[in-house]
Amino acid sequence: MSQPLTREQHLDLYYYMKLNRMLDEQLVRLFRQNVVVGGLYSNLGQEATSVGTAYALEKRDWIAPMIRNVGGLLVKGYKPRDILMQYMARVDSPTMGKDGTSHFGDIKVRHVVSPISMLGDLVPVMAGVAIGGRYLGQNIVAMTWVGDGATSTGAFHEGMNFAATQHAPLVLVVENNQWAYSTPVAKQVPIHDLADRAKAYGIASAIVDGNDVMAVYQTTKEAVNRCRAGKGPVLIESKTMRMKGHAQHDAAEYVPKEMFKYWEARDPIARYEKYLTENKIWDEKTKKELDARIDKELKEDLEFAEKSPLPPPELAEQGVYCDGCHTVEAVWNRSKAEVTPPKSSVKPEWEVTDFGGFDLASTMAKQSAAAGENGGKDARIISQGTHKNTAHKPQQRPNGGAAKSAQHPARNFERQQPASQKFKGQKSPSQRMMDQKTNGQPEKSSAVARVPFGRGPKGKEGRK
Amino acid sequence: MAPVTMLEAIRQAIFEEMERDPTVVAIGEDIGVYGGAFKVTAGLLERFGWERVIDTPISETAIIGAAVGMGYQGLRPIAELQFIDFIACCFNQITNFAAKSHYRWGAPVPMVMRGPSGGGVHGGPFHSANPEMYFVHTPGLKVIYPSTAYDAKGLLKSAIRDNNPVLFFEHKFLYRRIKEELPTEDYTVPIGKAIVRREGRDLTIVTYAAMMHTSLEAAEELAKEGIEAEVVDLRTLLPLDKETILQSVKKTNKLLIVHEDTRTGGIAGEIAAVACEGAFEDLDGPILRVTAKDTPVPFSPPLEERFLPNKNDVISTARELAQY
Ligand SMILES: Cc1ncc(C[n+]2csc(CCOP(=O)(O)OP(=O)(O)O)c2C)c(N)n1
Ligand SMILES: [Mg+2]
Repeated sequence: MSQPLTREQHLDLYYYMKLNRMLDEQLVRLFRQNVVVGGLYSNLGQEATSVGTAYALEKRDWIAPMIRNVGGLLVKGYKPRDILMQYMARVDSPTMGKDGTSHFGDIKVRHVVSPISMLGDLVPVMAGVAIGGRYLGQNIVAMTWVGDGATSTGAFHEGMNFAATQHAPLVLVVENNQWAYSTPVAKQVPIHDLADRAKAYGIASAIVDGNDVMAVYQTTKEAVNRCRAGKGPVLIESKTMRMKGHAQHDAAEYVPKEMFKYWEARDPIARYEKYLTENKIWDEKTKKELDARIDKELKEDLEFAEKSPLPPPELAEQGVYCDGCHTVEAVWNRSKAEVTPPKSSVKPEWEVTDFGGFDLASTMAKQSAAAGENGGKDARIISQGTHKNTAHKPQQRPNGGAAKSAQHPARNFERQQPASQKFKGQKSPSQRMMDQKTNGQPEKSSAVARVPFGRGPKGKEGRK
Repeated sequence: MAPVTMLEAIRQAIFEEMERDPTVVAIGEDIGVYGGAFKVTAGLLERFGWERVIDTPISETAIIGAAVGMGYQGLRPIAELQFIDFIACCFNQITNFAAKSHYRWGAPVPMVMRGPSGGGVHGGPFHSANPEMYFVHTPGLKVIYPSTAYDAKGLLKSAIRDNNPVLFFEHKFLYRRIKEELPTEDYTVPIGKAIVRREGRDLTIVTYAAMMHTSLEAAEELAKEGIEAEVVDLRTLLPLDKETILQSVKKTNKLLIVHEDTRTGGIAGEIAAVACEGAFEDLDGPILRVTAKDTPVPFSPPLEERFLPNKNDVISTARELAQY
């Protein structure tokens, strides 16, 4: 388990979440005044997921945010003015007006990779950041977020599978906010828990109440520790809710009103305020001070942003290529000798330990155990063929097959077992979610085993 | 030193760069234990180990995506596409992620994407393509397509040392068909510089890759008829060396463009526009082109032969142009 948070850290979480929300509200006002160029994507209701996950990282770790992860950018040290000016397309924005929204980053200092609009593409890129960092001996963790909708992309699958085969130190946060534009998650993915995707990659996973910042933080911290220890990627599904339409133009009339009400009662900031008060971590005075600080910072940053001009037109033609304007430097935290000949030399052979034959008896045994667990719901079709209940021996290759190989990086890690046996102990995902109490203090709303609106309300057309 | 094939020249470039700089890593399908489908990466794993020679699942998007991520870490990945045709599977990572990265947020992507391309070996519709123009149309990328072993080695070294995402096309028909003696010392060939392979006064043939050899052969036959063709080998398609093209056109006053890529949207159209913009008054005849047909690359030998441009096509079109 991770270290308990200090009072300062508890207050930090509040600060970032509240700042995220106030910035969101500020942007809505600017949008209505026509100061925002282009669309505006709200983070409302998802602050705990962005802030709680990013806060579990060290300074040297890398993130790649999606559009609703402004909270993560704030934790990484970006200022509201950066986000304001991105949306306002000003020259002092991190991209100087070349791109908008949260599409910016900084590889050298903050270790933030800019997203692109194409959903899912960050997964393989962050897998590359993760294995690159491992190669350089940096002991970093890379983290990115994807929406429930983005899990349907090919890039998501290729990236997760690659990360898993590489045992990359990658934490993938699946932000299940129930909607992908107008499409409910049940129409997007035919399984209830997106965390179940992890099984297919043979990696660890967790499900967390995404509106409980302490649960999000603790789960992520554990995942990060696990990654840093070289145990491979972790997929965390955060159950939360997009509390607005896809963007400002979208009134979200397709979302049942009761669903908004359900989630309003689970507002992450209100819940955390209550938690801070009940646990005597703060008092009314501290809250007022923090809120005043946020107001002041936002006001100053807005003034700064408004003073920043639009970019000069000639900037459009600059910076397509790096012609020496940026240096490419690797930060080595290990001896280069380890990766240069002759020390790097190996015998180029595969180590083959499993000949891949079909063992009817054990497959049937596994299957009946699984059928007992879930009432035979996803029973596999097994044909006995010519085998009359005799166990099938794996075939021996003529050449004897298995040859010992030198240190493949993957070999240093534990053999993958079903995720449930490792990260989760013997518990099912929903049991685990029940355990993610607010800092050990049970809170009623987070103790439900199943999020009722996770697939839309019962009996509604949308469920079919 | 004994002459080496273009394939060996490419292998040497990768090997020597990995030897020189530990930030250079290789990633791709079957490149390690097997040494690559064409054996371009043979011996790399043995020398540089599992961390620097990464055998991947069959996931082109993951290969290019991971290479971009490693680039952000300050590494210089060389990604192999088993056949360049599969580049279509990772188009998004290349054109949206890698190509726009430096422009949008100042993050260079020092990555090379290389693979065997081109027809003439009966590879059929999915193992013979020349997809260079998809990428020539993408600002932020560099596109190289060499025709000789010397250039292949020198340009690949330049590509690896470059801070931008570079596509490196290796014409598989040339892999083992051409041989050349290479310098023993380290050398590079600059990206973005065309070269005049044959001097001539009567017309300019602008070409690249396998068609460079076809054009040279055609030029020798034309010379017997008294037509002296100048052959310009582009070597790099993006950025295009307009200066060398225009210089030659201004000298010969006639322009023929020869490429193995299909006709519509091939680089010939772009070069014709460059010539019109920069040397219109010097032109004494129409700008003509010899290209592949506008079809997928067919499989059966007589079909592929019909599809591909050949020496006789170049000769007859050059004769026609020389009439003006
Ligand atoms: C590959 C791709 N296809 C389509 C889109 C258009 N699009 C932008 S956001 C979005 C919905 C995304 O849903 P989800 O991944 O759940 O993220 P959320 O908006 O809920 O945060 C769509 C369809 C896109 N950006 N990328
Ligand atoms: Mg969503």
